[in-house]
Amino acid sequence: MTGAAPALPLTGRPRGLAWGAAALVLCAVVLSPVLALVIAAGEGTGAGAGGAALWPHLVAHVLPQALRDTALLLAGVGVLVVVLGVGSAWLVAAYDFPGRRLLEAGLLLPMAVPTYIVAFAYLDLMHPIGPVQTTLRGLLGYARPRDFVLPEIRSLPGCILLLGFVLYPYVYLPTRALFLMQAANLIEAARMLGRRPSAAFLRVALPMARPAVALGASLALMEALNDIGAAEFLGVRTLTVQVYATWVNRSDLAGAAQIALVMLVAVVALVALERWARAGRGFSSGAQRPRHFARQRLRGLHAAAALALGLVPVAVGFAIPATYLVQAALRRVWRSGLPETILPEIGHTLLYAGAATVIAAALGFVVAAGPRLVARRWGEALIRVASLGYALPGAILAIGLLGPLAWADATLSAGTMQLFGVAPALIGLGTGGALVTAYLVRFLAVSIGTCEAGLGRVPRSLPDAGRMLGRGPGATLWRIQLPLAWPAVLSGALLVFVDCVKELPATLLLRPLNVETLATHLYGEAARGTYEDGTVAALLIVAVGLVPVVILLRLGTPRSEAGAEPADQRLTGPRPSP
Amino acid sequence: MSLDAPQPDPVPPRLDLRGIGLRFGAVRALADVTLQVRPGEILALLGDSGCGKSTLLRAIAGLEQPETGTIRLDGALVSADGRGVAPEARGVGLMFQDYALFPHLTVAENVRFGLHGKSFRDRRFRDKSLRGRPTAEARTLAQARLEQVGLADRAESYPGTLSGGESQRVALARALAPGPRVLLLDEPFSNLDRRTRDRVRDDTLAVLRASGATALLVTHDPEEALGFADRIALMRRGRIVQIGTGPDLYGRPATRFAARFFGDLVEIGGTCRGGSVATPFGPVPAPGHAEGAAVTLCLRPEAIRLGAPEASLRAVVRERRFLGASALLTLSAEGLPEPLRLPVPADDPHGPGDSVGLSLDRDRGFIFADETD
Repeated sequence: MTGAAPALPLTGRPRGLAWGAAALVLCAVVLSPVLALVIAAGEGTGAGAGGAALWPHLVAHVLPQALRDTALLLAGVGVLVVVLGVGSAWLVAAYDFPGRRLLEAGLLLPMAVPTYIVAFAYLDLMHPIGPVQTTLRGLLGYARPRDFVLPEIRSLPGCILLLGFVLYPYVYLPTRALFLMQAANLIEAARMLGRRPSAAFLRVALPMARPAVALGASLALMEALNDIGAAEFLGVRTLTVQVYATWVNRSDLAGAAQIALVMLVAVVALVALERWARAGRGFSSGAQRPRHFARQRLRGLHAAAALALGLVPVAVGFAIPATYLVQAALRRVWRSGLPETILPEIGHTLLYAGAATVIAAALGFVVAAGPRLVARRWGEALIRVASLGYALPGAILAIGLLGPLAWADATLSAGTMQLFGVAPALIGLGTGGALVTAYLVRFLAVSIGTCEAGLGRVPRSLPDAGRMLGRGPGATLWRIQLPLAWPAVLSGALLVFVDCVKELPATLLLRPLNVETLATHLYGEAARGTYEDGTVAALLIVAVGLVPVVILLRLGTPRSEAGAEPADQRLTGPRPSP
Repeated sequence: MSLDAPQPDPVPPRLDLRGIGLRFGAVRALADVTLQVRPGEILALLGDSGCGKSTLLRAIAGLEQPETGTIRLDGALVSADGRGVAPEARGVGLMFQDYALFPHLTVAENVRFGLHGKSFRDRRFRDKSLRGRPTAEARTLAQARLEQVGLADRAESYPGTLSGGESQRVALARALAPGPRVLLLDEPFSNLDRRTRDRVRDDTLAVLRASGATALLVTHDPEEALGFADRIALMRRGRIVQIGTGPDLYGRPATRFAARFFGDLVEIGGTCRGGSVATPFGPVPAPGHAEGAAVTLCLRPEAIRLGAPEASLRAVVRERRFLGASALLTLSAEGLPEPLRLPVPADDPHGPGDSVGLSLDRDRGFIFADETD
């Protein structure tokens, strides 16, 4: 045969050995904390080996109370977030009243306030000689603090209340979306069949919203379990607090690991609970276009009552603490200028959060693109493993990482000793590398998730077209998918950054010695009882925390997304719906 | 081995598929597909949705990996035994059903996208003044391609601002720009409305002929296949049921399925007796069918003539429907299983109640044994 092209090498299906190796390393990093925890905990149970039988001590003296407090806290917060989240979602989805649109957005604001900051703010606000109680006494004519005492905020119920009021948006957000998108036709059908709105809510909307409620509640409870500051400030000895105390106050790694393992059981239980609550409820109301249902218009007193009711969680969860923080921070700055430590703290916060963000964005994009680069099964498996860290509370993660990081430091040190004759100590734990690693493990899932969503919006034919025009998978990813998924990558990075800035437990445990970030500074001030000095840091954190709220609001604005639109139109952005 | 036996065809095939098979789980998407395409030929893969024609196209492109069989391009193996050359290394162009224009690149950048790298420099443009300057080369070539499809003035536009027809032409220019050995077109006209479709189809055909491209067109529209392609491969359930020129498939369908695919049929059942089958039109020869076999006579409407003097069947007009350039008569006749619908010229005088004579053009009827379909 003349002019035959030379035979090209045939390549098999699985591609990219380098990718596979990198994936293995990533899996090892993500899974190492849990494995290390099991090993560390095991060392503590070897009765008599170290002389101290820790486990019996924990079972007898620490765990019962910590488990009880944690269980009560989670139960209370669970009920409260469901009531607040579903109630507010229904209020803005089913009724129309002046100010509803603002309320819809405002109900997300408490998300910007980390649990430890809401506790921090209310501790001062509700103090017997703080503004609330003083004002109330003045109004009611009591002279001395001891004559009139409000229930103590430093208590389990107080903690439940505060956590509930900042965590309910996790339920509100998916539930409202579900009410708006799915329930419309069915609610209308229920109304047409003669049900009053309240009955339609109970019989149709609520059961349909169950998967969304379960998802939101489980996320909120994860946050509650993760919390260390609020519980500590309010005197609730949860498992997280005990993990921290056991390590920091008693330098007892095995004991901390054992408590952390118990916590891990709680996490697994939460995930299982969520799966169970969602099981078999893959509701879909057919292929119809999502449609907003006609809201019931409220007038006069009813409208005012609805607005007032909706504003309660916004006020308790955001407006009151934020106003307090602004006011207290201003007073602090007015009186004695900016705290001189604030600039280095901002620097540290930016450094660690920024480093973790950049790595998480790059790594997240590559991992999310995995199924498109290599065999689909392996790519998807890696996504799942790499996202596991999100379920690990910061305290568990930090305790679990201590062992592997110390080992890595020692290995590195020995390596450089052999090569260069110097043995730097604690490369990871001493420089913040440990902290960045922890941030990565915990928040990589956020970046992967947004990148996956962004890549998913790129029609499959576009990368295929890149391949057909002679570009390899890597070049196609770089030149086609990355530019198109860029907004998603960016918003994912922003979310990671904010999460890192807000993160407290892992930061407390893994920051280099004598290094303070905004969050740890705040924690320190609260622990010392010098609230005013922490307000500037708190305010800064809340301001950063507002960023994802703004992103969510922009994502949440309804856009026409008809599936039948040609790909090129779909990508040019939202179009006004007819 | 018979597979490597010399071709009777004097021109070696540009594309050579042998025994291609692919399953998606339990679904057999492609089964034993064998097909050759000559250089410069335009071949249509025709079939209903889900028949495997798009999968076959993606297998040739390298976007799906067949489990069995071989694919050769200009004699070089690009896929064999479940392993294949990466799509970007095959030198095959694909025009996507949704055009797949990159929305973040201008029209010119889209067309230039495939003009890069060693293979491009080796293959294209021996113009001495441009040698060693791939970017300038690519610009010139891309501009030439855009001029060819009449869109040179839209070079700096973004795809989002183009109409459907313009997008189609950009996609064509982009796919042709690197000079692919084979151009694959996946339902390239299905996203266009009826009015623009015919014009775009003619333009596309002209561009393909002018560039001498070898092309494979996937379509579900028999008229498109007949009007566009040199040869048609009719597919069903992952298999090719018949390959041939348009007149071959239309005039000599191998199966009842092939006959039905190209238009309405009048089907009359009967039994083969003494080499022919009795029909309301009289006996029709049924060569090659066994004595006593149950057979069906399939007639295209144009095989039945209206009002001919040698009429073999009397029928009554039941209904007349005006269609503009023509009219449609519904006729009933003794012995016919169901009313007959016959297109006639608009000036045909027959109306409801009229009695007309029908005769049969025996060369244009097909007889199939009943066990086949």
